[in-house]
Amino acid sequence: MLSEIRNAIRPAIVLLLLLAAILGLAYPLAMTGIAQVAMPFRANGSMIRENDRIVGSALIGQNFAQSRYFHPRPSAAGENGYDAGASAASNLAPGSQALRDDIDASMRAQGLTGPSVPADLVTSSASGLDPHISPEAAFAQAARVAAARNLPVDQVRQRVTDATEMPLLGFLGEPRVNVLLINRHLDEIPANSTR
Amino acid sequence: MTFAGWTLIFVFIALIIALAKPSGALLFRLYDSRPLPLEAGLFRLAGTGPREQSWVGYAVAVLAFNIAGIALLFAILKLQGGLPLNPQGFEGVESWLAFNTAVSFVTNTNWQNYGGETTLSHFSQMVGLTVQNFLSAATGIAVAFAFIRAFARSSVATLGNFWVDMTRVTLYLLLPACAILTVVYVAMGVPQTLAASVTATTVEGTQQVIALGPVASQLAIKMLGTNGGGFFNVNSAHPFENPTALANFLQMLSIFVLGAGLTLTFGKAVGNLRQGWTILAAMLGLFLIGVTVTYWAEAAGNPIHQALGIAGGNMEGKEVRFGIAATALFAVVTTAASCGAVIGMHDSFMPLGGLVTMFNMQLGEVIVGGVGAGFYGILIYAILAVFIAGLMVGRTPEYIGKKIEAREMKLAVIAIAVLPLFILGLTALASVTEAGLAGPLAGGPHGFSEILYAYSSAVGNNGSAFGGLTGNTPFYNITLAIGMFVGRFGVILPALAIAGGLVAKRRQPEGPGSFPTTGALWVGLLAAIILIVGGLTFLPALALGPIADHFQVAAGMLL
Repeated sequence: MLSEIRNAIRPAIVLLLLLAAILGLAYPLAMTGIAQVAMPFRANGSMIRENDRIVGSALIGQNFAQSRYFHPRPSAAGENGYDAGASAASNLAPGSQALRDDIDASMRAQGLTGPSVPADLVTSSASGLDPHISPEAAFAQAARVAAARNLPVDQVRQRVTDATEMPLLGFLGEPRVNVLLINRHLDEIPANSTR
Repeated sequence: MTFAGWTLIFVFIALIIALAKPSGALLFRLYDSRPLPLEAGLFRLAGTGPREQSWVGYAVAVLAFNIAGIALLFAILKLQGGLPLNPQGFEGVESWLAFNTAVSFVTNTNWQNYGGETTLSHFSQMVGLTVQNFLSAATGIAVAFAFIRAFARSSVATLGNFWVDMTRVTLYLLLPACAILTVVYVAMGVPQTLAASVTATTVEGTQQVIALGPVASQLAIKMLGTNGGGFFNVNSAHPFENPTALANFLQMLSIFVLGAGLTLTFGKAVGNLRQGWTILAAMLGLFLIGVTVTYWAEAAGNPIHQALGIAGGNMEGKEVRFGIAATALFAVVTTAASCGAVIGMHDSFMPLGGLVTMFNMQLGEVIVGGVGAGFYGILIYAILAVFIAGLMVGRTPEYIGKKIEAREMKLAVIAIAVLPLFILGLTALASVTEAGLAGPLAGGPHGFSEILYAYSSAVGNNGSAFGGLTGNTPFYNITLAIGMFVGRFGVILPALAIAGGLVAKRRQPEGPGSFPTTGALWVGLLAAIILIVGGLTFLPALALGPIADHFQVAAGMLL
């Protein structure tokens, strides 16, 4: 036993330090180099720019409160939601009074009544940074957005249909609408235009 | 439940079966290979050679390497304030948290009592965590190799050499595979940069700080090595850590691919592939049951919320791009496999959905399981199963031609008893002490579930959580660390001791009197033994937690 322990000390320390250098420095740094050269847009977070200003990431949700925009899901990330430096979920239990109250308040704030309120629109996501809502959740907001922009509701609904991404091969993923992208498209519609 | 959802589940299972053979063949080449390039120099430097070790030598090497790993990781976390690659200027991590995290990553648990983007420097993530993601995975596979040799060899005293097995798995399998996966993940949108964050000015004109980092390189090994420790606080639910449904599918495949392959490495090593397929069949049968229950529970949704007018399934704590089917599937994969990464919050799952994830961990994560750990875990159950079968028919039990005798049985029972002893013991301790009861977010049965889940996850070396529990307190940091350490090495040591005894036995040819350990009867027996042992030990605790919770939610009771 003692000789086994003596025999193990040097390889344990030497291999640990050598492998730490390979796996902890060489590997991630080489990968960073390759990613930065080959795919700089994605490697840096898929940031969307407008006149040299970063307006957000195509992958990360952000807050929208004005009625002329589609609103994202409730978020538990940070104090005001959508804090992309502090991802978080509510972690509330299915039988939680607080969760039921949150959902109730969210329905009231958006003027939603049953029987078929889209679940994603009033529940918070796992990351607190969900960039998407379901097409149903977008349609439920179409009338408000159209009114705020003086657009025909049908045109806004058509925008939702156009912006809906479908599951890959029919089974990978869910139908979804990227909130930031559809709102940017809305801003590109000239005032009082019709399709 | 939808047709697309079931398609996803069955395509996933079919691909795992298809990938098991190439993966098993690849692992077999490492299991059985002649010296590989570069390694001679490495071993000279380390002062060791390819000389074979007895089980004691192998076990001592495993322990020495892992304890050194804990010390190194602890030091890095404590000292990160003065180390390079710290763009956010984070201070050293608090001592108990650093201790918990060091044990957590070395034991392949990756329980996280910290939020990655708010606590750790890039240096800590890379040289600290990523390194242990590789090495804990390689340790698991190495021990599995030693365990396979116990059956494949006849009448010898040695189980191989830990340094050789561990280094080969790391440098010739995990590292190249992760390099490829990293590039694929970046192509799907996962960031890989040394920048810490970018500040955006949103469309409505507010500031949004978006955390970044070398995510992809850590994600690759986090999944392939069934580690599960996320770069970000919310793990693979974070859009940067899992941007698309396709990336998510690839992550699920990489969790299972090596564990499934090891069953066939075993089959190949003992000269009968059917022995391996049989083990895999038992695993996937149990897996399908778990997926079905979880998917059904989540898709059926929450009656309390439906009474408010909400349509459809339970979306609290789930991401729209994954939806209910993929989130349920991922939850079962990650808990069956001791991975512990999450794409949805298990704490907000319906009670029965949460029950499956908990029960998976309590069974010892033998349904495919953590890399290596799941394999030697299920073989310990197989030893128990042949023993029980032997009692029923009145024959000396043997498995793969090796007689199972008193010593093997005693050790197998120790390995199996470690889990309930520490999961239930620590849960009981936390349930009656003030420090323990300060943890749960929820009240009533769900609060108990949060505690039970935490220790199931720690002792089972899973690492996922019912996130409502506040675990970053001295009480939880210490007790969870004890659970993780015992859950890992309390199984590895008896497993190696069993291997050491078996490898010295003569391998007897199969005769007409041997109990067949292939085919449907054996699959059923093995699965039943796993469920009965797990059920008998954990049902009382589960009844106090998720089952009571289920009836409360069904009755519309709020807490």
